[in-house]
Parts: sequence; structure tokens; C-alpha cells
Amino acid sequence: MNDNDIYVVGAGIHAFGRHEGVSGADQAVVTTRAALTDAGLGWDKVDVAVGGSNTGKPDSLVARLGLTGVAFTAVRNGCATGGIALATAANALRAGQGEVAAVIGFDKHVRGAFATDPAAYGLDAWYGTTGLMVTTQYFAMRTKRYQHEHDLPDLTLAQVAVRASRNGAAHPHAWRRRELTTDEVLGAPMVSDPLTNLMFCQPDEGAVALILARGSRAFDLCPAPVRLAAVTVRTRGPGSFEVFSPWLSPQRAGSPSSAAGRDALRQAGITAADVQVAQVQDTDCGSELIHLAETGLCRDGEQVELLATGATDATGRLPVNTDGGCLANGEPIGASGLRQVHEVVRQLQGRAAGHAVPGAPRVGFTHVYGAPGVSACTVLMRSDR
Amino acid sequence: MSRPLAPELFASLDPLSLAGSRCPACATVQFPPAPQCAHCAADGPAPIALPTSGRIWTWTVQRFAPKAPYVSPASGFVPYPVGYVDLGEVLVETLLQVGDRSPAIGDEVHLRRAPVGTGEHFTYAFGA
Ligand SMILES: [Zn+2]
Repeated sequence: MNDNDIYVVGAGIHAFGRHEGVSGADQAVVTTRAALTDAGLGWDKVDVAVGGSNTGKPDSLVARLGLTGVAFTAVRNGCATGGIALATAANALRAGQGEVAAVIGFDKHVRGAFATDPAAYGLDAWYGTTGLMVTTQYFAMRTKRYQHEHDLPDLTLAQVAVRASRNGAAHPHAWRRRELTTDEVLGAPMVSDPLTNLMFCQPDEGAVALILARGSRAFDLCPAPVRLAAVTVRTRGPGSFEVFSPWLSPQRAGSPSSAAGRDALRQAGITAADVQVAQVQDTDCGSELIHLAETGLCRDGEQVELLATGATDATGRLPVNTDGGCLANGEPIGASGLRQVHEVVRQLQGRAAGHAVPGAPRVGFTHVYGAPGVSACTVLMRSDR
Repeated sequence: MSRPLAPELFASLDPLSLAGSRCPACATVQFPPAPQCAHCAADGPAPIALPTSGRIWTWTVQRFAPKAPYVSPASGFVPYPVGYVDLGEVLVETLLQVGDRSPAIGDEVHLRRAPVGTGEHFTYAFGA
């Protein structure tokens, strides 16, 4: 192994959902200790830490994990927070800032849709006042256009929610554990056409922690370390269709997810056909379908067949969101991207808690997307010494 | 007399037209007008009046009352359609006023005023 290679050697998760009387920081502490235990390390052995949260102050966790003087960076990048926290920690190790890093993501959101201040996004007040600044609205408009361009029926949208619910029902860390039918999903109250309320995920609470190590340490700390073969972060280019855009260019161009996905596959030296288990951001059913194509995991329009034939089931050709994704887990946004990595790591280690992908998969992929147009992707590979 | 909520959105109030800007370097048209091009970052895009008719590029219906800073009408929240309208050189995000019909991609729509909150202010919308 190469000492510049970065491995995941420990992982921990706090069940997502609603946890009355348990703070976001409480969840993060329990989770970080679980990840450290998984790696057989104490907090005093962590050289570098990165924490991501949109409702808490990650670096304050040192008061409960140990005042070791660790270099601790806090990041906050909307729904892409987890992916960017992971990239930041991996880069710190590659830069020689230590041998072991902890990555911690947590959040505890109030109920209901996110409220957003236009000024925080460089927009004037009128945009929010007139009712145009709503994330669910954006996802619905993007889905409606994508359906129009690529001939995707509403049934395909519903099949995403049905598969997510089936995976969530089998997963002990998931929040939503009831299997849904396509009729139920299609017949649920409409939130923003064409998306019903069973096609959206909801803000909730949860925490995930990962322990990373450089190649020289990985196999001493973990019998089955998973190599972080790529981790990429990209923002939008001109002509992409992103959330919170009062205008768009008529010249359509690639999205940040396309760019981050392409970079990740190239960095890892693989093609999309090599991916055996994938997690893509599914804040709503339309987003999962669009993100599958944007990251290169399928062609535009191919989603109809993939969903209809069960190809994205855990037992299918391209297992997607095997833990139920955001749809079944909800979205504590600081933890969400790390939940994806946690699930893929467990799948590659043969330790998946819910539906396991058969055939000992070796290559996994994750993708997270946040406002206003930032994506982070990873490629994860099972490693033998 | 109703006043514009954000006067900078309009090139003219009578007849009504939206204000945009065109980049001197790359010709990108954006809305509302900005002192810098969002595509190439060139300074000094020139103000222009945008076309007042276009076609619906995508749409949805907002069926729950957004949180603040959204202001519901005085008579209470009612679901409202929104979308992007293709004006040729730029797609503009907008409220849609299509009466009892469902919006449809490709429908021709025209610029008009739409009341905000208590009706003291207006913003722009596109309608059939
Ligand atoms: Zn320009």
C-alpha cells in the first residue's frame, strides 16, 4: 500500500430521526466514540478533526471528547457539508498534517421545510418575500423539466420512494421504516407538482463519524480498511440549473454533480460500470433520478428501465441508496453525506446493517448535492493488504 | 396606488417591462441586472429591457405556505404556480397566473403585475 492513500478505518452512526432531549452534540459525541472504538483508538490519537454542522458548533465537541489540542476545522456547506468535511480531512492527511483524522457530521433541525435568508445566498429580499425561494419548489421544477426532456413518467418517481422505503424498513439506523406502495406514493398529497409528500425527505436529526488513516497505519487499525480512492468537490459552472436562481442561461451546461462525479471516477481510475453500490442525494425522488444520470451512473432516460426492473435494488445490477437514502433517513444535513459513506463502507466490509449487496462488492460511490450548486463525490474501494 | 416591491426589477412600469443586463464581454443576459457578469465576472453589463412575452420552460405549484420572509395574502395562503419562462436570451423565474388551468411547458405567457401580501406592493408575474 501507498502511505499517501487514505483509508476509512472506523465508522459510527447515531440513528437518524427525532430524539427528544438529546442534543446534536450529544449525538455527535456518542457517534465519535463509536467510530473510535471501531478503529481501536482513543481521541488522543486523533491528529486532525473536521466537523460539519448547520445547527451546531462542531469544534466545541473537544470539551466532551478530550482537550488534546487537536487541529479542528468546522465546515458548513448546506446539504454537501458531509462530503466537504470528508474531503477536508483527507486533504489534511495527504498534506502530512497527521496520520489519523476524525470526520464528524451532525445536525438537529426543527420540523418542517428549511427557512432560508436570501441575503445569505447573495439574493435580495424580494426573492423570498414573493415566494420564489423554496428548495422543494426548485426540486419540483427541475424534475418537471427533466421528465419533459427525457420522458420519465410519475410512476418512475414513485418507484424510487418505494425502493427507499423497502431499504429503510430493513435498516436499524433509518428513521422511516414502513414499506410504501406506488399507489400510496402517487396518491399522497401533492407538495409541489409532480412531487407528493411521500416523494420528499424531511429535515431531522442524526450524526455520523468516520476515522481516516494514512496507508502506513490503516491495516494495523482495521482488519478491513476501505480505501478512499477519490473525494471531489465542485461548484456550479455557467448554465447549470441550480437552486435559488432568479434566472437561468438558455445555454444549458453540466451541473456540479456531473463535474464532481466525473472527477471522482477519473481520480479513482475507474468507470461508472465498475460501481457496485452507490449512494446519490435523494432529497426527493426526482433528484435521485437526475443525480444518477448527472454522476454518470446511468444515461438520461435509462432510469425508467432501471427502476422498473429492480436494477437499483440491493440485489440488482446497480444497488442505489441501500440504507433507504435521505427518503428513509431524513436529512440532518451535516451528517447526510457521511451517512452515505458509512453505508458504503459497511457494504464493502460485508457488515451492512440492512439489505446487504450480494457478491462481496469491492467498489462503491457516493454523491451529495447542496445549495446553491455544490456537489461532493467519493469512490470507496475494499482493500486487501 | 400599488407600488413595486423591488423597483430595480423593472425597466419600465408603463408599459411594464423587466430590467435585465447584457455582459459586454460574453453577451450573457441576466435578471435582475447586476454590476458584474455572473458568467465571466466582467464589470459593467449594460442595462436592457427584457422581452415581455415568452414560453413556460418548467413549472410547479407551491402548495404550502413558505416560511418567512414569504408574505401570504391578507386573505390567507392559496397555492400558487411558479416556473421559469423562456424569454429567448434568458430564462426568468416567475409567479405564473394561468387561472383555473394547469400550466404546461411551451405555453405562451405575458408579463403582468401580481399583488404581494396586503396588495400595497406588486411584483411581476407571467400569465396567459
Ligand atoms: Zn460575461
